[in-house]
Amino acid sequence: MGARGVRIGALVGALAALHWLAPLVLNPYYVTILARIGIAIVAAVSLQLVNGFTGQFSIGHAGFMALGAYSSAAFSVYLGAGVLDALGGGALARLAYFPFPLVCGGLVAAAAGLVVAVPALRLRGDYLAIATLGAGEIIRIAILNVDAVGGARGFSLASAAHPGIDLRFDSLAGVYGVAVVTIAAIARLVYSGGGLAFRAVREDETAAESLGIPTTRVKVEAFLVSSFFAGVAGALFAHSEGYIHTNSFSFVRSFELVAFVVLGGLGSLSGAVIAAATLTAAPELLRGLGEWRMILYSLLLITTMILRPQGLLGQRELFDFGRRRGAS
Amino acid sequence: MENLLQQLLNGVTWGSIYALIALGYTMVYGVLRLINFAHGEVYMMGAMTGYYAAHWLGFAGEPSLLGLVAVLTASMAVCGLLGALIERVAYRPLRGAGRLAPLITAIGVSLLLQNSGQLVFGADPKFFPPLLRSREVFGAGEVAVSNIQLTVLATAILLMGALQYIVQRTRFGRAMRAVSYDAPAAALMGVPVDRVISGTFVLGSMLAAAAGILVGLSNPKIDPLMGLMPGLKAFVAAVLGGIGSVPGAMVGGLLLGVIETLVTGYLSSTYRDAIAFVILVVILLYRPTGLFGAPQTEKV
Repeated sequence: MGARGVRIGALVGALAALHWLAPLVLNPYYVTILARIGIAIVAAVSLQLVNGFTGQFSIGHAGFMALGAYSSAAFSVYLGAGVLDALGGGALARLAYFPFPLVCGGLVAAAAGLVVAVPALRLRGDYLAIATLGAGEIIRIAILNVDAVGGARGFSLASAAHPGIDLRFDSLAGVYGVAVVTIAAIARLVYSGGGLAFRAVREDETAAESLGIPTTRVKVEAFLVSSFFAGVAGALFAHSEGYIHTNSFSFVRSFELVAFVVLGGLGSLSGAVIAAATLTAAPELLRGLGEWRMILYSLLLITTMILRPQGLLGQRELFDFGRRRGAS
Repeated sequence: MENLLQQLLNGVTWGSIYALIALGYTMVYGVLRLINFAHGEVYMMGAMTGYYAAHWLGFAGEPSLLGLVAVLTASMAVCGLLGALIERVAYRPLRGAGRLAPLITAIGVSLLLQNSGQLVFGADPKFFPPLLRSREVFGAGEVAVSNIQLTVLATAILLMGALQYIVQRTRFGRAMRAVSYDAPAAALMGVPVDRVISGTFVLGSMLAAAAGILVGLSNPKIDPLMGLMPGLKAFVAAVLGGIGSVPGAMVGGLLLGVIETLVTGYLSSTYRDAIAFVILVVILLYRPTGLFGAPQTEKV
């Protein structure tokens, strides 16, 4: 047991405390908001890999979230409910079950990420951004036309064959556990030696290529990992809300995610976390202002951007994510 | 066959509205290389201004051509100012700060206009006053041409002609083309770049306002969120024609309108929204510079 073991122990302890204490101390409204913040963090950090570290501008991230949400929800409704029913539906069975729909959502989104990335990465700059925007909307409208997942009525996480089984998973520990895993995974990826390739592509693609970096492979890799975690975020969203509709995954949602990473600072994981948390909490904290809240929110977005065009943290990090000296 | 003719006619009418909005996207992209995501909201503001102008000027109850011209002028003037204001407040302070920061303020402005719209105008749809009495001017079998369709087309053609004149034949137009070609070099030659950019926003916003009024004429339900989808579709139209190209935006808009109407008429209306994006992706993969855009070589 070194420092690493202590850290992991502390993390597990904190998550357990969150799991047991949060429902006792906080009312359900705050629990929902905190869950949404955690989900926004997962999505923002995953987008940061593509937009901030690899310099490829994607504005269709909500499409991948939608795929993750819908595939994981279908997985739970059509398969998971039966399995849970057979296992008795106890707390332990549920805990053991929930990683499966998340991974399922992530894998489906990653597969779609690959399908989108391979042709789209021939494009650069604005054209890539526009193509991802189009891809995201195509995914959303396609889902809207699938009747097995509710179509325009939305999709509720309830199985008609197993009515007693609760498919919702609203433990904050789950959401924040996944958030920590996502941040750790992406931090290890970009702040490793090999991760320099992402930033090399961002800084100058031609120079990177001439140094022997397989730029296309690096970009596809970034897309693949990013869409996987976007799918996981979508799956978390589906299972914590219990009801999903394609309206939640329109290009407006994609824009919001882009705002998280640009406002946080392109190329800063901690910046993305801070911006995602603040911008998700802000509309709720401003709820007392009634109709004025979204106006204030948009003014906040505009003024922060004008005052800090490089984002809150620029390319810096608040923590040293285990990166080696000189590796940044 | 007659049905097809009717569909084509409807498509061209709808497409001319897309074209008017698309022109604003393409001109702003030309001078600033910025995708102005707030443009759809300017179009919404055009329709809303038209609604209030018609009521305040007293044309809401009695349809007349004079009323249409007055409302159109008022709305274009207000939105022209709005466009200049948006540029001054949200984009100019970020000149030289990279290309992503203004993209975020554009999203911010778009949210701001949508939400102020809901606060000021109310979230419920409003009914645009009939500025023209609808009647059929030409009918043969199943094909019917209404005076409203003709007015929409005529106004759109007139405005695009005027724009083409401004861009190709006036001093301002020449300055605009110069900035679009190479802004730093234009500045060195004494072109007042900031003023040209302001002027471009004014022109684009006026066209969007006109599109808002024309939509109000043919499809009178207007609400503060009406700019969202048409704004995005018009942007697709601009890319289809070749972003940065003025004739491209016109052709792209018409083409998109026709294709969408045909898909709705012959396939399924649920795929109507998807078709625009499918076209977008196909165009980007096979001809990213669009129908009229010049390919750009990359300097190393």
